[in-house]
Amino acid sequence: MAEMQTAPAGAGSGRRLLTWIDNRFPLSKLFNEHMAQYYAPKNFNVWYVFGSLALLVLVNQLLTGIFLTMHYKPDAAKAFESVEYIMRDVPWGWLVRYMHSTGASAFFIVVYLHMWRGLIYGSYRRPRELVWLFGCAIFLCLMAEAFMGYLLPWGQMSYWGAQVIVNLFSAVPFVGPDLALLIRGDYVVGDATLNRFFSFHVIAIPLVLLGLVVAHIIALHEVGSNNPDGVEIKEKKGADGHPLDGIPFHPYYTVHDIYGVSVFLFIFSAILFFAPEGGGYFLEFNNFIEANPLKTPAHIAPVWYFTPFYSMLRATTDLMVNALCIVVALAAVAAILRGGFRAGAKVAIALVALIAVYLLKTFDAKFWGVVIMGGAVLILFFLPWLDHSPVKSIRYRPSWHRIVYGVFLIFFLALGYLGSQPPSPAGNYISQLGTLVYFGFFLLMPWWSRMGVFKPVPDRVTFNAH
Amino acid sequence: MIDQKIDGAKRTWIIASGCAGAVGAGFLAVPFVRSFEPSERARAAGAPVEVDISGIKPGEKLTVEWRGKPVWIVRRTPEQIAELPKNDPLLADPLSKRNADELTPEYARNEVRSRKPEYLVVVGICTHLGCSPGDKFTPGPQPSLPDNWPGGFLCPCHGSTFDMAGRVFKDKPAPDNLEVPPYMYLSDSRIVIGEDKRA
Repeated sequence: MAEMQTAPAGAGSGRRLLTWIDNRFPLSKLFNEHMAQYYAPKNFNVWYVFGSLALLVLVNQLLTGIFLTMHYKPDAAKAFESVEYIMRDVPWGWLVRYMHSTGASAFFIVVYLHMWRGLIYGSYRRPRELVWLFGCAIFLCLMAEAFMGYLLPWGQMSYWGAQVIVNLFSAVPFVGPDLALLIRGDYVVGDATLNRFFSFHVIAIPLVLLGLVVAHIIALHEVGSNNPDGVEIKEKKGADGHPLDGIPFHPYYTVHDIYGVSVFLFIFSAILFFAPEGGGYFLEFNNFIEANPLKTPAHIAPVWYFTPFYSMLRATTDLMVNALCIVVALAAVAAILRGGFRAGAKVAIALVALIAVYLLKTFDAKFWGVVIMGGAVLILFFLPWLDHSPVKSIRYRPSWHRIVYGVFLIFFLALGYLGSQPPSPAGNYISQLGTLVYFGFFLLMPWWSRMGVFKPVPDRVTFNAH
Repeated sequence: MIDQKIDGAKRTWIIASGCAGAVGAGFLAVPFVRSFEPSERARAAGAPVEVDISGIKPGEKLTVEWRGKPVWIVRRTPEQIAELPKNDPLLADPLSKRNADELTPEYARNEVRSRKPEYLVVVGICTHLGCSPGDKFTPGPQPSLPDNWPGGFLCPCHGSTFDMAGRVFKDKPAPDNLEVPPYMYLSDSRIVIGEDKRA
């Protein structure tokens, strides 16, 4: 145990109180480690504001969620009505509800931008793998949280969205139907489902989410932040032991982030007050109709943040499965002809490819759609080990790498757009191509990320004072 | 610490009690997981439904609720019935052979998938992911459908299409034909859905 400290003679009451606390709880120590003496690279650009913004939106969701829970009734007979009650009769209830529903979309916008930042600057590379993994787990939790939360208003989209997603689990071979039954707690989505989703949405997942956020930040502060140059600032330290290119998070980045928060709140408030439904993207119009188990709306689509993955699900038809078989066969042939494997390994590759094709043709396309959709999220977890580029940041990668990232982004956005639209043959072909591009980007990364002429990485970060 | 000897017996007991604790935790998890299953009340629900079908005109559909699911009763026109065999080459499973025990009772394993050709009785839930398909009875080209559309059902969620006998078309996300529930005629104008044999 540390020695008891005493405040200097003549110190003010505030100082004496802090000393009293510090002797019993590491308040100053924690503040210094994570704020005043946490050295962050001085060359952060605008991309680095989204972490703080995500935290802000998380607080918004928790706070508004607590107040909504005071008026909401998780009962299939009352849920829809209680949301309307919040919107019409509870004083300022409409604002709290819209803050929560618009906040959900804001959360995903901020988190997608945050992830894109990590992707282009290589923030997932050694030694930040765990920061990235915790982040991916947070993303998964957010998706679960958003999905279960969307059932609660008990509108048509709530109901049929949940019906589709829960039925995804029934596509799992052998145990699927029982699994779906276990999730629903009834033979159809009903009161039991609503009640348990409410429990998960308001307590179980938020608890896990908060734990993961703490782990994400602790891991980040252990290894230190990356920066747009992908240079390790800890390798160049001054006489005081602090990185030469680092500045204390507080006050420099607290002020920097408060500026970002102001801009964000400007935009967020504008949407909140003038277009809280986001033109049918944030809150779908069909969700203002109460759930009807006998009638699916003419066009059902998930909320925008799920649509890229939903497109991939929809794209997986028998044709797509055949295309995947060809891809697996080509990959195996390429590995056997060109890869430097021993004879035994080549036989193993051929065998694995054969089994893969056999399984692809044995199980339904429906099951593979679910695998593709789940795989699209899970593949993010492997990113730190897929990228073999000698440099971290896109700034020092070969110029054509930008085109690869650009194509990936365009297809991801296209998948997102198509997922919000009714199915069409042309859209389906584009989605199938997009799915192949999405997976190709990640699965071929060990090869393409090494190719090309890399630019020299500077010793110190590039920074122009302004 | 380094030069302290490991007490093997103590370590064995620690491992043994750790394992015993894990087994106990496993048993404790059972009631929590089991509580996710449908409740006794949910199990008890789902009695058979009797329906009067005399009011359905040719080419019309009646939807009734059975076990929380929509069940369609479609009175097909003679033209629609005549059209059915022509669809066979376009269908994934024209003879309803896949998962026949779960989806198609013996009396519906035929071209029209029903007891009487005139009346189709199916659960209106897409076998892909559980949406309820919409009616597209008019043949011919129209949005989201092929130009040689013979009339049938279109699932709005993922675009699966079914013919007028609830049979799924090829290369669609839905793997199976629509489920035919157990049903029987009480008279020419009354059917009961949910059971197909009276003791």
